Amino acid sequence: MDFTLSKKHEMAQTLFREFAENEVKPLAQEIDEEHRFPRETVEKMAKAGFLGIPVPKELGGQGCDPLTYAMCVEELSKVCGTTGVIVSAHTSLCVDPIQTYGTPEQKEKYIPDLASGKKLGAFGLTEPGAGTDAQGQQTKAVLDGDEWVLNGSKCFITNGKEADIYIIIAVTGKIEKRGRMQKEISAFIVEKGTPGFTFGTKENKMGICASSTYELIFTDCRIPKENLLGAKGKGFGIAMHTLDGGRIGIAAQALGIAEGALETTINYVKERKQFGRSISAFQNTQFQLADMATKVEAAKLLVYKAAMKKGEYQNGAKVSYSVEAAMAKLYAAEVAMEVTTKAVQLHGGYGYIKEYGVERMMRDAKITEIYEGTSEVQRMVISANLLN
Amino acid sequence: MKIVVCVKQVPDTKGGVKFNPDGTLDRGAMLTIMNPDDKAGLEAALRLKDEYGAEVTVVTMGLPKAEEVLREAMAMGADKGILVTDRVLGGADTWATSTTLAGAIRNLEYDLIITGRQAIDGDTAQVGPQISEHLNIPVISYAEDLKIEGNSVIVKRQYEDRYHMVKAQMPCLVTALAELNEPRYMTPGGIFDAYDAEITVWGRADLVDVDDANLGLKGSPTKIAKASDKVRKGAGEKVTPDSPDEAVSYIMDKLLTKHVI
Repeated sequence: MDFTLSKKHEMAQTLFREFAENEVKPLAQEIDEEHRFPRETVEKMAKAGFLGIPVPKELGGQGCDPLTYAMCVEELSKVCGTTGVIVSAHTSLCVDPIQTYGTPEQKEKYIPDLASGKKLGAFGLTEPGAGTDAQGQQTKAVLDGDEWVLNGSKCFITNGKEADIYIIIAVTGKIEKRGRMQKEISAFIVEKGTPGFTFGTKENKMGICASSTYELIFTDCRIPKENLLGAKGKGFGIAMHTLDGGRIGIAAQALGIAEGALETTINYVKERKQFGRSISAFQNTQFQLADMATKVEAAKLLVYKAAMKKGEYQNGAKVSYSVEAAMAKLYAAEVAMEVTTKAVQLHGGYGYIKEYGVERMMRDAKITEIYEGTSEVQRMVISANLLN
Repeated sequence: MKIVVCVKQVPDTKGGVKFNPDGTLDRGAMLTIMNPDDKAGLEAALRLKDEYGAEVTVVTMGLPKAEEVLREAMAMGADKGILVTDRVLGGADTWATSTTLAGAIRNLEYDLIITGRQAIDGDTAQVGPQISEHLNIPVISYAEDLKIEGNSVIVKRQYEDRYHMVKAQMPCLVTALAELNEPRYMTPGGIFDAYDAEITVWGRADLVDVDDANLGLKGSPTKIAKASDKVRKGAGEKVTPDSPDEAVSYIMDKLLTKHVI
């Protein structure tokens, strides 16, 4: 077992770090305060290839592994949680399911534009009455001739109004499973601009304020029959598998937020003087930092391990990375919340002031415990694996 | 079109600078980057490649570790990397370096050679023009803009108070300023490809038409008397006067006390 990054991963990390420092950090506070989607950053990321990192070269991607992708989300999130989740939702929740379940025609039609960043992706599973309980889905898709007709709505959709391509989960009928009637769920690819597809409320959020979080509304929205993703009735499995990958992205985002808060705090405590000494000279500060750094390192190992397991899966190994992804997300999200809260505390009054950045990181950290499966859901996934 | 770009791995000024006992830089022990002027030169070459189609070969001379800078150049889009490394080439000044690089470039076909104006570690601005002398081709230094027209290169050459538009027939050598452009980022896929690609490694035996007397420390007329790291100053005194008048009187007071005025 080797914990050393390869030279190519080291260089990729340097690239992501430079990009984040030069292009993302200068905008982080401004876009957070203005709740403004950083379209200019997305364009720069597209040019630099960040929107197709784990996509094969044949499909217009960068041909890198999921670890490189996770490192990208991590480094972006160190300085801006919003920018991290834009890449994560696009890559894990839209590109990945098309890459995994798409027909050759679907891949050829959608992936090159998504991987080059010409188009942005999003994923719609959550509904007002169906979050963790995916069986509560109300959005329906009915086949009418050569078209599926979608009706219903999705909420809290990341990249909501800014995306061009959406993976939408909808009910396509009823099936009997273990003697009980259940909803048959399928997945679809929906393009922005399709008649009947509109946007509802823009959510006013606590954190990741610059990300575009919208309600999607489908009213007799007709999409071509061939836009069914995967087999009819396999939508639940597609959604769950997609979220397994998504959790690695969110875990990387949480890890980055925690690392960013830790770095900012280390710099601050060296400068801040109280009672004639730098506050880094106080044992309380030192012990807090030691705990923060240890937990961040543990989170990093879990995130990298999950990403590498997904890499093995993508290389054809018959392995599951579901539990690793759940553990990485659970732990990294809780570490992010703890570390950012301590970062604010160590900054004292200044930590509560927006200019210092750590309060933003604390607000951004909270969502990582909630979206793409709450921490409670991750515990369910992990324990189910232990007890089965 | 074939373009050769010379790049140098230099100490990252954000990290510490370390010296060998003989006063030369301990390059193995420092954080390094691609020299900024060279990076602009590489970007200029890559833009010509994007526009006209060109093969871009990057050459560096240095320790084996200097291959990193070639991988970086290839991750940005260069086609080939050549590392010139040999114990006998160590400790070279600008004369020995330009002799070595010219000896390496004689193996290559080229229409245009681009080097950075100068490296941030030595700041001599001599190696580029010296290479052109060794190869007997024209040089246009201090390029802040660069275009190709037929078989010629047209360069906007920066001067202190003006600029010159200079046209030269290729093959020729151009030295680039960091202000020439904003270099592109590497791409993640480019990095992976660069690490899968072969780097050509040349030693003394591969250099064409060079004399041993002009190579390495022995072939370097420059002798370093002394080198030292920048002396770090203390944090100083910070004052926040309430008005410009108060600030001026504070500064005047300090200058008088220190007998500056």
